[in-house]
Amino acid sequence: MSAQRYPLEEYFYPGNASCPGCGATMALRWVLKALGKKSIMVVPACCTSVFMGLYPKSAIGIPVLNIAFAAAAAAASGIVAALKARGKDATVLVWAGDGGTVDIGIQALSGAAERQTDFIYICYDNEAYMNTGIQRSGATPYGAITTTTPILGKREHKKNMPRIMIAHDIPYVATATSGYPHDLFRKVKKAKEKRGATRYIHILAPCPPGWRFDSKLTVKISRLAVRTGMWVLYEVEDGKFRLTGPSKALLDPEKRLPVEEYLKLQGRFSHLTREDIEEIQRWVDRQWELISKMVSKE
Amino acid sequence: MGEVMILTGNYSAAYAAKAARVQVVAAYPITPQTSIVEKIAELIERGEMKCEYVRVESEHSAMAACIGASAAGARAFTATSAHGLAYMHEMLHWAAGARLPIVMAVINRAMGPPWNIWPDHIDSLSQRDTGWIQFYVESNQEFFDTIIQAYRVAEDPEVRMPAMVCGDGFLLSHTYQPVHVLSEKEVEEYLPPYEPPFDISDVDNPVTHGNIVLAEAVGTQVGYMEYRYLMQVGMLKAKDKIKKAADDFKRMFGRYHGALVEEYRTNDAEVVMVSMGTLAAQAKYVVDMLREQGYQVGSVKLRVYRPFPYEDFIRIGRRVKVLVVVDRNASYGYCGISAADIAAALYGEKNPPLIMNFIVGIGGRDVTPDMQAELFMRAFKALEEEKEGFICEWVGLKGD
Repeated sequence: MSAQRYPLEEYFYPGNASCPGCGATMALRWVLKALGKKSIMVVPACCTSVFMGLYPKSAIGIPVLNIAFAAAAAAASGIVAALKARGKDATVLVWAGDGGTVDIGIQALSGAAERQTDFIYICYDNEAYMNTGIQRSGATPYGAITTTTPILGKREHKKNMPRIMIAHDIPYVATATSGYPHDLFRKVKKAKEKRGATRYIHILAPCPPGWRFDSKLTVKISRLAVRTGMWVLYEVEDGKFRLTGPSKALLDPEKRLPVEEYLKLQGRFSHLTREDIEEIQRWVDRQWELISKMVSKE
Repeated sequence: MGEVMILTGNYSAAYAAKAARVQVVAAYPITPQTSIVEKIAELIERGEMKCEYVRVESEHSAMAACIGASAAGARAFTATSAHGLAYMHEMLHWAAGARLPIVMAVINRAMGPPWNIWPDHIDSLSQRDTGWIQFYVESNQEFFDTIIQAYRVAEDPEVRMPAMVCGDGFLLSHTYQPVHVLSEKEVEEYLPPYEPPFDISDVDNPVTHGNIVLAEAVGTQVGYMEYRYLMQVGMLKAKDKIKKAADDFKRMFGRYHGALVEEYRTNDAEVVMVSMGTLAAQAKYVVDMLREQGYQVGSVKLRVYRPFPYEDFIRIGRRVKVLVVVDRNASYGYCGISAADIAAALYGEKNPPLIMNFIVGIGGRDVTPDMQAELFMRAFKALEEEKEGFICEWVGLKGD
């Protein structure tokens, strides 16, 4: 790997109101480093609306427009149109949680992507409505305990949002996770350069209170998600699929750690039966069958 | 100056957006509004109108995109009706709370179920408390002129509130009338380019908009309640600004459609009919008809519903014996929406007029001049019978 230069400038500041060990803020810091000063950020209702801080303070060093839950991609479309109308130039970023992306915000996002709106949409996925206190979302994985799946855990698997975005034929779709910041940084840089249409990045962002793990384990859990194959790092650039980072070596099921290694560190999975764990392992293997088809197409 | 074109109400609204030099339009089709945004698309694609057009996938997104565009310093416009407006509801609060001077044409239509696409004021009156200035117009010319006036009022630094300009579905939206159309150049002095008080696209001066403000004031920082009070201040200031916008428009272009209300032959009137939109246009005709028969009647067009012109109703209420308040809407479980507000304005008056509230024309049911004349006659009869207080009645119901 060639040496990558990382800017010293910070656009996400200490003193913000995020929880200790927050995977979303770890990622946001690197996202903003990669995008730099000439950027505008749109934030729907999510943890970020809270941890950015109380008015008149803000932990974010670029312009931010807070907007209603379902409206982020549409509001960003309006900003993009205004920039064009006024002859101005900046990178427009939507930074939204999984609820605001895969559930309530999917219509506005799909519309904006179909229109090839010139912006970057990043979903930071902590796999539930964490800001309202850990309710199930479409991105919550099978088995996870949330406050709306309190006893049995969720009985459905996670919605595969990146694949939905690939189906929009946008020039760049990538996945990332907080524990591999270099991979994330490179992808955001690439997304920034691909101007003129919609770019989408989906970041798995471990959440200590929501997933019930010790806040010192965020990076470890993020990486275990990748090593077990629960989360796959890849990018689809102009239709070309490519595995990235440690995921490159995991096409062979033998190379992947058992999902249990990932599940057992998290309280949200502590009730799982052997059958539940086998179901999750089968789901992971099915995901990788799809991945292998995408790889072999190239 | 300008040119006279034969336009539907919808085309009139589209040409008004062009004359107002709107920079971003975000829109979604809905009957009977659709031909507004179709005409704008056509004007843009023909190269006659310079504007970014965002063809959004819903009305919720239409208003969200207008919010983004306005926050980024552009003059933004959209149009909708009925269910589209109801779907925008959340974002209407957001636009007003963010103090963004977006202007929207609303073509009034009934709400389903059952499906009904015809005129009814329930759609926009249901948005009364979102913080939008509301104009109701009676002709295609007033539609054109008021959209331009609405930008001037909305963008005023002392107001900074969004405005909807409402016209009746089909009765205006699809009816051709001669309209004196002003050009962008002619309007420029009346409506200078939009100067945003803040600009989300100013990356050299980054600010965060809309983050959390607590209920209580902390230190030198005011709380949420103060921000809402400032909306009230802006709305109350809008009253004088609306009057000035109408007066200046008259001075520059020679046309006047009233300020917050428009009074017609009310000076010596015993009975005055209050109505909104096209009903007010027809009421003038009926007043003339009855005046010829010797009845002392007049008409008040409720042109601006928010901010509410309660002072006008107190003033008018002191002169007349009966206010016939005609509502093309109903607040189920009470009365017509405008009648409730008018009655509240007259609370505490020593000798308030009798208020006769008639619910008419729901879902596009025809309201004829004869029907309005009959309502005036009902008022004179009530006078003879020395009735007082408040009466509400649904008019023209059929069947059992």
